[in-house]
Amino acid sequence: MSLPRTDKQLVALLRICALIAASILLLILFFLIDESRPVLQHVALTRFVTDASWHPAQGLYKLTPMLSATLYATIGALLLATPLGIASALFCSYYAPSLFAGCYRRLIAVLAGIPSVVYGFWGLTTLAPIIGHLHPPGVSLVTGVVVLTLMILPTVALTVDAALAAVPVAYLRSGAALGLSHWGLISGVALPAAHSGIAAGIMLAAGRAIGETMAVLMVAGNVAEQPHSIFDPVRTLTANIALEMAYATGNHRAALFVSGLALMTVVVMLVSTAELFKKNTHKHV
Amino acid sequence: MSKSDLARVLIWLAAALVSGVFVWLLADILVHGLSRLSWSFLVEAPRNAGRSGGIGSIIISTGLILLVTMVMAGPLSLATAVLLSEFSQHDSVFRCLVRPSLDVLAGVPSIVFGLFGNAFFCIYLGLGFSILSGGLTLACMVLPVLIRTAEEGLMAVPNDYRMAAAALGMSRSAALVHLLLPAATPAMVAGSMLGIGRAIGETAALIFTSGYVDRMPESLFDSGRSLSVHIYDLSMNVAGGDANAYSSALVLIILLLVINSITLRLAKQWLHKSVAV
Repeated sequence: MSLPRTDKQLVALLRICALIAASILLLILFFLIDESRPVLQHVALTRFVTDASWHPAQGLYKLTPMLSATLYATIGALLLATPLGIASALFCSYYAPSLFAGCYRRLIAVLAGIPSVVYGFWGLTTLAPIIGHLHPPGVSLVTGVVVLTLMILPTVALTVDAALAAVPVAYLRSGAALGLSHWGLISGVALPAAHSGIAAGIMLAAGRAIGETMAVLMVAGNVAEQPHSIFDPVRTLTANIALEMAYATGNHRAALFVSGLALMTVVVMLVSTAELFKKNTHKHV
Repeated sequence: MSKSDLARVLIWLAAALVSGVFVWLLADILVHGLSRLSWSFLVEAPRNAGRSGGIGSIIISTGLILLVTMVMAGPLSLATAVLLSEFSQHDSVFRCLVRPSLDVLAGVPSIVFGLFGNAFFCIYLGLGFSILSGGLTLACMVLPVLIRTAEEGLMAVPNDYRMAAAALGMSRSAALVHLLLPAATPAMVAGSMLGIGRAIGETAALIFTSGYVDRMPESLFDSGRSLSVHIYDLSMNVAGGDANAYSSALVLIILLLVINSITLRLAKQWLHKSVAV
């Protein structure tokens, strides 16, 4: 079917707009790579691991303390947020009276929208002093983990809740007809049926935790050294970029863009895998 | 105690813990923030690096950044969504190109948008640290959300509309302007609200694109400090700035709640309508 002329003009216009929208991603990639180039040309990639420390002004580019801080903070937050998030979703779907469930969902939705800078600010003024009482200085890996947990918990809870809602009622009815207990029904039927959605939720949350900047920047202490205990202050990759971009020049600036490129690669991989899992859920049902 | 009972107790405990912590967070900001919140706080300029005075110029800067974001991202996302949902049968190649790149864009961390915005808008295009750079960076960031919601809104318009328009001999463009877009408006407004909600809380992407300057901006080429950057700066770099940071955080949360409830109401209205049709 061919289109009349006015429609053809419209489609041409729309195509230009869509191309602009699609090219933003390419522009981002291009500029990240372009800005990273100086350091990649002059500094071997292995030096990001083997250098003595992170002192870019002196030409030392050890990124591993930041990498491990990001890794520890993300794993810690996932370990806490996954069980709590799944429990929250189960609470809404199978345990809470309907009035409670509605309020609780609303609360979680509001929290999902609260900006990270507010979480960071609250962590700094309220949580850090409490943790500092236990073990100074208070701004530390563990504070970062707790604040990150609060931030990614809504992501896990909302995705798992949606996955549980997509479990066909027939599954649950047949389970009940077989005489399964309430918990037997949940652990034997609902959770396995929703497993793709749960995996997607955890991956989205991991992506959010790795890419999160402000909250960890404000509460984790920002010392660029390898942490030895959970009470040590740490600096994540994202915080490192935010702290040093303001004055970085030359190879230093390029090194920050390299870490940005690495972050983007990891997060994009996680998020796209999560999308695949989500699509699988829809196929099953 | 049986397994079933144990699970029940644990799940109730978890829910109580989660809501307890979150109520604590919200109450803490409400209680501390209310002490300084007043009309004069909202309109006065910040003084003494923000320790005293208000957030008048900060609110203006935030509004201008959002304005730039929506003016850029709104039309672009609308056009892309229309192409994807209404004309994609003629454009399957386009669809395969645009869709995945938007999905990936949605996953890019905000600090990476900040790096990109700094390299592209501030330095390459020579806009410097300005409200324009910040707004454009945020426009790139909210684009996927806006496109997704506009597309869903258009797809939810019943196919009968398109058939009826075609039967009357209307061109596709006319059907779009007179029928489909009006029918999808509430969904698109709800989507824009979602985008604004995301943009208003953004900090990492703005620190090195729109900058720190807390004066009243005179034009879009001036640097302007957004509300979220103001909270960050007061709590991290200004000793004794906590009281004003609390009030600014409260203002930010109230703005978000208002945006949130408008979105919910619109979404509900829109659902009603499409069910009624």
